[in-house]
Amino acid sequence: MNGRRIGADLAVVYRTYTRNPIALFFSLIFPIILIGLFGLIFSTIGTGTTTLYVVNDDHGSPTSVAFLSALNNTTVVKVATVNVSAASFGAWLGDHDDPVGLVIPDGFGANYSAGHPVNVTVYTDPQDAASSGEVLGAVNGVVSQFNLEAACHGGTCTPVVGVLTSQVGSPSYSTIDYLIPGLIGFSILTSPMFSLVDISSTYRKEGIFRELSLTPLTRGEWLSARIVWYVLLTFVSAAIVIGFGAGVFSAHVKLNLGLVPFLVVGPFFFVSLGMLCGSVSKTPETAALIGNVLTFPMMFLSGTFFTVSSFPPGLQTVAHLLPLYYVIDGMNQVMLFSNTTRALTDLAIVLVASVVTFLLAVRLFRWRDE
Amino acid sequence: MPTAIEVRGLTKQYGELVAVGGIDFEVPAGTVFAFLGPNGAGKTTTVEILEGLRRRTGGTVSILGLDPWTDGASLRRRVGVLPQEFRFFDKITAREAIEYYRTLFGTSVDPAELLARVELLDKAEARFDTLSGGQKQKLGLALALTNDPEICFLDEPTTGLDPHARRALWGVIRNLRSSGRTVFLTTHYLEEAELLADRVAILHRGRIIASGTPAEIVRSHGRPARLSVEAAPALAPLLVRDLGVSARAADGRVEVELADRHDALRVLAAIDRSGIPWDSFSTEVDTLEDVFVRLVGRMDEGTLKAEAPA
Ligand SMILES: Nc1ncnc2c1ncn2[C@@H]1O[C@H](COP(=O)(O)OP(=O)(O)OP(=O)(O)O)[C@@H](O)[C@H]1O
Ligand SMILES: [Mg+2]
Repeated sequence: MNGRRIGADLAVVYRTYTRNPIALFFSLIFPIILIGLFGLIFSTIGTGTTTLYVVNDDHGSPTSVAFLSALNNTTVVKVATVNVSAASFGAWLGDHDDPVGLVIPDGFGANYSAGHPVNVTVYTDPQDAASSGEVLGAVNGVVSQFNLEAACHGGTCTPVVGVLTSQVGSPSYSTIDYLIPGLIGFSILTSPMFSLVDISSTYRKEGIFRELSLTPLTRGEWLSARIVWYVLLTFVSAAIVIGFGAGVFSAHVKLNLGLVPFLVVGPFFFVSLGMLCGSVSKTPETAALIGNVLTFPMMFLSGTFFTVSSFPPGLQTVAHLLPLYYVIDGMNQVMLFSNTTRALTDLAIVLVASVVTFLLAVRLFRWRDE
Repeated sequence: MPTAIEVRGLTKQYGELVAVGGIDFEVPAGTVFAFLGPNGAGKTTTVEILEGLRRRTGGTVSILGLDPWTDGASLRRRVGVLPQEFRFFDKITAREAIEYYRTLFGTSVDPAELLARVELLDKAEARFDTLSGGQKQKLGLALALTNDPEICFLDEPTTGLDPHARRALWGVIRNLRSSGRTVFLTTHYLEEAELLADRVAILHRGRIIASGTPAEIVRSHGRPARLSVEAAPALAPLLVRDLGVSARAADGRVEVELADRHDALRVLAAIDRSGIPWDSFSTEVDTLEDVFVRLVGRMDEGTLKAEAPA
């Protein structure tokens, strides 16, 4: 590896790129168009009934069921029962969009019938006062109704059900927050993949690789120059996406140095993968086909536009096989959840995949006719 | 003189097709060698094997004592290559291309000087995709020279060049030769080979059918010198009878074979004596092109006969 040669080749890439406005448009402006588009879509569908996640520890007693259906009937909230323990519920909610929740304790029905005081717990989201208020209002309404019935039934007029409130363990995230790492991942995937699949096959067809094979430039150096270029481009594109998301859609992002390794390893992987596609194909057409077969599933199933945890389990399994998932998940861990351990695991997975793909690409990439 | 290129029993097959069928030749260092042959003869195939771009099927090749396929890395800095169809990065200008190669090779050529040498200086700032075919070719040549190579492989360097540019390229080749470089070129222009090459080889269907200096080839494969005179056909039998020479009439002219220079005077005197009216006359000797056309034509006829069903 010779830095001067990589530098010279980088200058060629830079010029080729900046003198081709269409390519520049796609890699820098396209994610902004997408973020605008998805931002609008999500902010429109966001104003509906709020989903209220419920942990029912009373094991479906008739009273608890009646309580939940009364909540549903308010149409302010839509009850969604989840199967997690009350202790970890706060953290669980923290991992979800619009986290408002309710815990119905064990013995709720029995206590209520016996007229013993019993409390339900409402989890509210401090960052989303509006929906928290709505939910609290709905729960208080149903509780008053139940207390009224209990009072009349039991003879004495003391309230039986009380409402405790608790705040969600970690700050909450809106869809737009997830969209930021997703869209950075989108450009990490698409710009190098589409470009490398294309040039690796057309340069060979046009004889440009044979031309280069007659110079001291090595295949590893050629590929490295592309990697450096796409890392730089990714930094620019990430800055644009973050700036735009935070500025226009008030996305919460924690700018963190932990993001940097992902912005480096991501392009490293996809430049190598794109090159590999071109190397194993005889014609540009085959290369494009293989490239698309690999790119499109990743484009939608890796958490780019939709969080993977919202997928059906089968699709989640598929997502976990896609390297881009780990890039995006890692960035989510760094930018939203501050989960360093998981971010490091993600990084390790992508790094191993990148090194393997890079070595394979350099090995299978032929300058000349063998 | 040391040998720059040595080829022994070289063969190349593409599946069933034998593109090069066992050829031998040597190119002494500091000379110009021209490879001639009709389309599909195997010239590009051979050149690319010598450059290290294609793997040979059999035989041995030595370029400056090295095997171009396995020792490519060390040869790269010592050879320059202009491919038959030169392509480069579309958006890169001629000057940038040379600067790029200069850095890759770690040399210190002046792009302007090199571009002037191939007469492309006026297009120094033009992007490759805006260059004309001949201009692209010139840039390819300039790039082939960036590393000041000991051997230059030029595959049809003048195809597509205008007459002026072709002469400029001849100048470049002569300069290379006079500075001790070896040039291996292929061409379809026979007069070019005759003018530039120390030695030529004519390739036909992957085999060398003639080789040597242009003069040697013309001498051993060409027809004798001829005197051609504008006259009635009746002159031909008269000359055959009177002088015992071979003569024939065609297209209003009579053509007489000459054994040597002095024959011409004898024949002209006989024509004058005959009383048959005559007009312009000229003497004709075969050029390399005549020899090429006849040799290749004869080979094709031969192979056609051989291939024809009995
Ligand atoms: N990659 C290839 N695969 C199969 N056949 C090939 C390949 N390259 C060349 N050939 C065949 O080999 C033969 C020699 O081709 P080559 O390009 O060497 O000819 P050439 O003498 O350079 O012709 P031209 O004067 O037209 O450039 C031709 O019949 C050609 O069809
Ligand atoms: Mg050719």
